[in-house]
Amino acid sequence: MHIVVCVKMVPDTTLVQIDPKTNTLVREGVPFITNPFDTHAVEEALRLKDRYGGKVTALSMGPPAAEMVLRRALALGADEAVLLSDRAFGGADTLATSKVLSEAIRRIHENEPVDLVFCGLQTIDGDTAQVGPGVACRLGFTQLTLVDHIYEVNQRESYIEVRRKLEGAFERVQARMPALITTTREINTPRYPTVPGRLQAASRALPVWSNDVMKLERAEIGLQGSPTNVRRIFAPQREKGEIINGLNGAHLTAADCMLNKLYEWDILNAD
Amino acid sequence: MPWSRIIFTVLFIASIGLFLFNVYRLIAMLCLGRWENRFDHLLARLKGVLLFVFGQKRVVRRAFGVNHFFIFWGFMILLGMNSEFLIQGVFPEFSLRFLGRVPYGALLFATDIMSVVVLAAVALAVMRRIAFRPKYIEASRDAFLILGLIAMLMVAYFGVHAAEIALGETDMGGWMPVSGALAGAFATSTPEKIHRSLNASWWVHALALLAFLNYLPYSKHLHVLTAIPNVFFRRIDPVSVPPRLKFELGQDFGVSKVTQFTWKQLLDFMACTECGRCEDSCPAHGTGKDLSPKEMVHRGKLNLFINGGSLLNSRPIDTLAGAPREASMVKPLIDGTAESIPEKDVWSCATCGVCMEECPVFIEHAPKTLEMRRHLVMEKAEFPEELLSLFNNMEQRFNPWGIAPTDRAKWAQDLDIHIVKEDAPADYLFFVGCSGAYDSRARGIALAMAKILDRAGLSWGILGTEEKCCGDSLRRLGNEYVFDQIAQANVAQFKKLGITKVVTHCPHCYTTLKNDYRAYGAEFEVIHHSELIERLIAEGKLPVHARANGRVVYHDSCYLGRHNGLYDAPRHCVEAVSGQAPAEMERSHGRAFCCGAGGGRMWLEETEGKRINIDRTEQALKQNPAAIASACPFCMTMLEDGLKDLGKDGDVKVKDIAELVADAIE
Repeated sequence: MHIVVCVKMVPDTTLVQIDPKTNTLVREGVPFITNPFDTHAVEEALRLKDRYGGKVTALSMGPPAAEMVLRRALALGADEAVLLSDRAFGGADTLATSKVLSEAIRRIHENEPVDLVFCGLQTIDGDTAQVGPGVACRLGFTQLTLVDHIYEVNQRESYIEVRRKLEGAFERVQARMPALITTTREINTPRYPTVPGRLQAASRALPVWSNDVMKLERAEIGLQGSPTNVRRIFAPQREKGEIINGLNGAHLTAADCMLNKLYEWDILNAD
Repeated sequence: MPWSRIIFTVLFIASIGLFLFNVYRLIAMLCLGRWENRFDHLLARLKGVLLFVFGQKRVVRRAFGVNHFFIFWGFMILLGMNSEFLIQGVFPEFSLRFLGRVPYGALLFATDIMSVVVLAAVALAVMRRIAFRPKYIEASRDAFLILGLIAMLMVAYFGVHAAEIALGETDMGGWMPVSGALAGAFATSTPEKIHRSLNASWWVHALALLAFLNYLPYSKHLHVLTAIPNVFFRRIDPVSVPPRLKFELGQDFGVSKVTQFTWKQLLDFMACTECGRCEDSCPAHGTGKDLSPKEMVHRGKLNLFINGGSLLNSRPIDTLAGAPREASMVKPLIDGTAESIPEKDVWSCATCGVCMEECPVFIEHAPKTLEMRRHLVMEKAEFPEELLSLFNNMEQRFNPWGIAPTDRAKWAQDLDIHIVKEDAPADYLFFVGCSGAYDSRARGIALAMAKILDRAGLSWGILGTEEKCCGDSLRRLGNEYVFDQIAQANVAQFKKLGITKVVTHCPHCYTTLKNDYRAYGAEFEVIHHSELIERLIAEGKLPVHARANGRVVYHDSCYLGRHNGLYDAPRHCVEAVSGQAPAEMERSHGRAFCCGAGGGRMWLEETEGKRINIDRTEQALKQNPAAIASACPFCMTMLEDGLKDLGKDGDVKVKDIAELVADAIE
């Protein structure tokens, strides 16, 4: 079985703060990490490999530094990794990204047929959840989003059975392979890399595919191929509510303040 | 030559041969381990042997150890006469008489008296195992067998000498008061009968002696041979610092096979006398966990003997060491079987080090546990699941909770604290540590420190958001790979900033910066806040006023006390602000009971047995304190949780010594 897993390097957005003056994201000094949803995709791919045998290829589009997320996947047990990196890919929205990723998977598929593609449900920096489905469409693979459990992969009859976590319900589906799966965070707990795994991953040569290899139309990729235009990033204004500061020993004052409000609004009765 | 002498000579040569072969096997097994230099500081090592072997200093710390003292010295003195005895069996003309009549007589006299003493001591030891056996001592067949053999030796000794005196075969009778008195029993016997008795006693003595010699290597009494070298080769540096690893492909990390230990660690296994003192003082074992340092060492020994035996047998005879590194092991080291160490127990240890402090023969338990953790974490990525987020948080955000590094200086945002920079140095760097920076309770210690440093008028600063965790928990939990990255980054940062003096209120930061970072080229001075505050008060630089704080009991942090020998400084701080020396718990100083957070246990659930922190809190409450003073943020958390669980958090407070001092500043 050949599994491709897509990973993205993202800024650790939980650490991103908003500049109160300009109302923009302060990205300075924020470390880059593997998109947390993707760590579950990698884990699930590795678990299927452990269960059924086969090969896992990790794929990422990003700047040269994004090789770190691929090396992490290699350290955890992926067999191959390919980085899609070219200035021409830069500034891509989800459409342009899907085009590049699906073209790369098509090329991998030609060389060694792909049975499954794993993506994280969404990234923590864009939060669109569009890239997985976009890639599935372009490849003509079965699309299985929001998967939180895999029951079975039947390689002989070429189908997979999974559970999808929908709002208020679970859906158990059987689907034809090749398929693309996007994983929720509940699907598994990612493993931790061994040190020999890390050292091995660090010492390997990593193929980088630029657009010279991919040969996509410039108008299809990067900023040019992106119909989405980000006009402004801003933090929502707080219209109601107030944060009572209870830090640095102010907890008693904070509690007093809270209590007074509760009396004021008649939620608590002073008697 | 009489037949009996021929038989004895054959037996003697066979026994000595077998004994030497056994010793050779033991040394060959040690050589299966990795190299480690323990041949430095020869003078200190010899001194240790004098003090701890011949002086039995650690043995007699416990009352019953005096019994061992007498058995030990009995053996030493009996060595002379027993050698003479064995040689005489082959060469009847031989005698130690050439030493001179008086020295020889003195030796006879001492042997005669010591034989009685040893007999009494053996009787006591038997009684102890039958009538008043402490939990940590086993009444094993092994123990009774060896005690019986010793008793038999003594009785036969008297049989021989009493008969000799009765027969008038010796002119030294006057030097042997006990044997002389016993000779009276033969008063009514015919010389023939006495002769037969002498013969019988002689053979009993001879056979018991040879049997003892060859039973030793197979029993816990192997320590008779191994304890002396184990004391000699003990760790001289008081602090146990794990060796720095090289991260290269093809290396193996940690220990999963007994032969990956160093030869000294293997000697430890052989030196254990199973006295049980480690087990008796171990906080994990004492709170109902399966982990027992004694059992761990015992299992290590069994594992070594099984694997070592098979390795030696399958190896070319001409080499002493050099078993193949990839040799398959008959028994894995970390496993659930009787000759292996259960994986669960590897995680139960708080590395408090009391086992090593208690061990009369200086066995080093904790470093072995650490090596096994290193293997589990780095080679297998197998560890309790709580650690997964800890490891990831440390690697990505440089603190155990995974809080944003940008929040690290939030505790100081309302204070005007200097941030140390390359172009803005300070005399003292206050290394706040993760607890002081993020933990809402421990922030109180950081604030108290800020007040103290300011009031003492020192030039000081912090690293602010640039500070990273010291990596203590990573290292004690066996995640050396991530620790290595953090240590390198921290030492490089300190060097870049030209830092020469570091103050910290956390014993974990303290020991890591001071001891563990030395292998990374750290040259700065590291000061625990208790040392600094003690000095500032003594020099009159802190205007403190002793106040009635009520009864304060002091709890020793393991990494401050046992690991770094700082017992007095924090006590002096308490004394300076409360006007009297702090109350002591039953277990304090070197024998102090851990709070349960050391060795990375701070981040692990404790589901087996009673919780260590509850036990320790109860011990503190026995002293009826108004406050428990601590000098470690981890201990503080554990004791406060203990008080909450016991419903006593309203009555008793846990205070860091810095908080007590800051409160007492006018």
